[in-house]
Amino acid sequence: MDVLDLSRWQFGITTVYHFLFVPLTIGLSALVAGFQTAWYRTDNPAYLRMTRFWGRLFLINFAMGVVTGIVQEFQFGMNWSAYSRFVGDVFGAPLAMEGLMAFFLESTFLGLWIFGWDKLPRGLHLATIWLAAFGTTISAYFILAANSWMQHPVGYRLNPATGRAELTDIWAVLTNVTTLATFPHVIFGAFVTAGAFVIGVSAWQLARKREVDLFRASARAAMVVTLVAAVGVSLSGHWQAQIMTRQQPMKMAAAEALWEDESSAGFSLFAVGDVRNGRNHVNVQIPYGLSLLATSTPDGRVEGVNDIQARYQATYGPGDYRPIVGLAYWSFRLMIGFGGLAGLLALAGLWFTRRRRLPANPWFYRIAVIGIGLPFLANSLGWIFTEMGRQPWTVFGVMRTSAAVSPGSDVAEVAVTLAGFTLVYAVLAFIEVRLLLKFIRSGPEPAGRTDEPVDTLPALSY
Amino acid sequence: MELTTVWFLLIAVLWTGYFVLEGFDFGVGVLLPVLGTDEARRRTLVRSIGPVWDGNEVWLLVAGGATFAAFPEWYATLFSGFYLPLFLILIALIVRGVALEYRSKSDVTKGWDRAFFWGSLGPAFLWGVAFADIVRGVPLDARHEYTGSLLTLLNPYALLGGVATLTLFTLHGAVFVALKTTGELRDHARELARTLGLAALAAGGLFLVLTQLSTGTAATWAGVAAAAAGIAGAVVATVRGRDGWAFTANAVAVVAVTATLFGSLWPDVMPALDPANSLTVHNAASTPYTLGVMTWVAAVFTPVVLAYQGWTYWVFRRRLS
Repeated sequence: MDVLDLSRWQFGITTVYHFLFVPLTIGLSALVAGFQTAWYRTDNPAYLRMTRFWGRLFLINFAMGVVTGIVQEFQFGMNWSAYSRFVGDVFGAPLAMEGLMAFFLESTFLGLWIFGWDKLPRGLHLATIWLAAFGTTISAYFILAANSWMQHPVGYRLNPATGRAELTDIWAVLTNVTTLATFPHVIFGAFVTAGAFVIGVSAWQLARKREVDLFRASARAAMVVTLVAAVGVSLSGHWQAQIMTRQQPMKMAAAEALWEDESSAGFSLFAVGDVRNGRNHVNVQIPYGLSLLATSTPDGRVEGVNDIQARYQATYGPGDYRPIVGLAYWSFRLMIGFGGLAGLLALAGLWFTRRRRLPANPWFYRIAVIGIGLPFLANSLGWIFTEMGRQPWTVFGVMRTSAAVSPGSDVAEVAVTLAGFTLVYAVLAFIEVRLLLKFIRSGPEPAGRTDEPVDTLPALSY
Repeated sequence: MELTTVWFLLIAVLWTGYFVLEGFDFGVGVLLPVLGTDEARRRTLVRSIGPVWDGNEVWLLVAGGATFAAFPEWYATLFSGFYLPLFLILIALIVRGVALEYRSKSDVTKGWDRAFFWGSLGPAFLWGVAFADIVRGVPLDARHEYTGSLLTLLNPYALLGGVATLTLFTLHGAVFVALKTTGELRDHARELARTLGLAALAAGGLFLVLTQLSTGTAATWAGVAAAAAGIAGAVVATVRGRDGWAFTANAVAVVAVTATLFGSLWPDVMPALDPANSLTVHNAASTPYTLGVMTWVAAVFTPVVLAYQGWTYWVFRRRLS
């Protein structure tokens, strides 16, 4: 492996790992804020106990998101210095805005929320969790604006004298249509993630007949959120795919294993392909499906990998402009599949828990617990698809990944940091999961204690 | 004022904010094994920074992001060049952050205490090393890529810079603990502050005087004097039992040290050993358009951030018993 490969693995591992925690943070902060709002409005102590139980789990997860996020702020400079020099003028702006507008907000107000139970009036204390939740969401907006610029660069010009990209229109960057579609997709995905988490944890408790009212209420709320969010994910994802078909046709073609330009293209359900010769051996399709989805007309023209490759060679010069087709194809499908299953789980859950019922079949609880993993898989595969599907570009059509890497790095350095981050992250994952399990097992604290910070294990109820 | 000057100042302010704020919570971590003689004390120490440490650390992230936006060449050269020290800092901050959040949630705290200690000591030392190297100048080629090795960065002057920030931040932690606690813990912290004050004066003084001898101007000499006066003031106020004044005086010292370092840099942002390859506020900067946009953003949001962070300190102003 050379420096480029190692740097890409490092970016992939640290970023996918970071994004395990981010969606749960975004979704769960709002759910916790919702429970606390219910307590504020009804004075029902059950809502307070829900707030604090889910709040603790949220904080365990939030800590991991914060510390892995530190690496994200600096690794562009560390491993991708050529990229940083080239795009800093454009790409640095949303990153700095994210820090100033979002990071301060979430960290400061979360500190107030954790430790402020006995120091702030109830309404003000409620506002702190909403502000923290709002901070996590706008953080997503800015970082997605930065990423969307890499998918579809707008609002810039290339300065031939310096060889750098220069920002000409910040508004264009912040309202990039790619951002406008990606942001809801990611936020809805975050709510599916948090929803499935609350459903799964509640199911674990309900299967043991613990705190039935509290966890049934939590699960029902989470099922509604998950179902609505799953619909939102599908609609925004559909919009994204249509945009992708226009902006990055190669990514769409790879996602569909569509080799030649086609009108009335079918949507592939299962394909076995021959990448070298650019064709499929087996391809099970829904007729007209792809054309309909991608262009909204049954006979719309969708470009294929081989034809785009020929066109890109004419435009950008000799080179291989194909991403890893098998990876794009399967990550795209599995993302949709896992995300869809999470939505179905929520729908089934709403049915089984209707009118004060609880599911009788123990399998429902088991599946719900396993279902916690579905959105995490879907989120990770979605990012792997969108980033790997853009290759060989780091900024689509403008800068290749091979030109972005730090020229001064050597293999030993990058290998050391890759191993170091991976090792530390693995140990932390182990600790985090153990801590989550411990807090899940110990259950909600007994009614009545409200002044303690939400950062310790509740005292046992006797 | 030119926008490049504004952004040089703003980044200096962000680093200053970072060192003033995270400086004391690094110090609390470094002092944990000394002051935390039993579990109740250790819990109090961690609790003293509990509500604020994460907000303090954001100053670093924003300094990083602002450097990326305003001086991309500086960002690229600094973090790719100081690769392994930065990696160590990142690992330390990760482990430390997790330790601070998970300590209170775990049954066994010994490992977390160790992580908190090393995770505080490492960056408190390494930031000094890094800034000393930035001020001193490092080998850069014509493309502004760093051409030295790890050992280039670990020269005696830079190591002295590390000792200087480590002692200064540890002192900052001691005066903070004295301000936030009561009884024996407070007495112990005040006692330590006196010794640490002398150590910080010696290490910081030697480091800054050496810096001055190579790059000094009248203005930066004033910074050195202010730093010395701040540390001395912190010691005197501690002796007199005026904890608030001691903390304020030492905060002034941290501001003065950071200002002196940035003052020594100007108008370079990363001097090269061959001055022709130096990164300056001009050749490292973004375009005037980007700087203009970011100036508006900073002008609107920085006061807001200062207001709500200041309010947080007000909410948690009481001593912990």
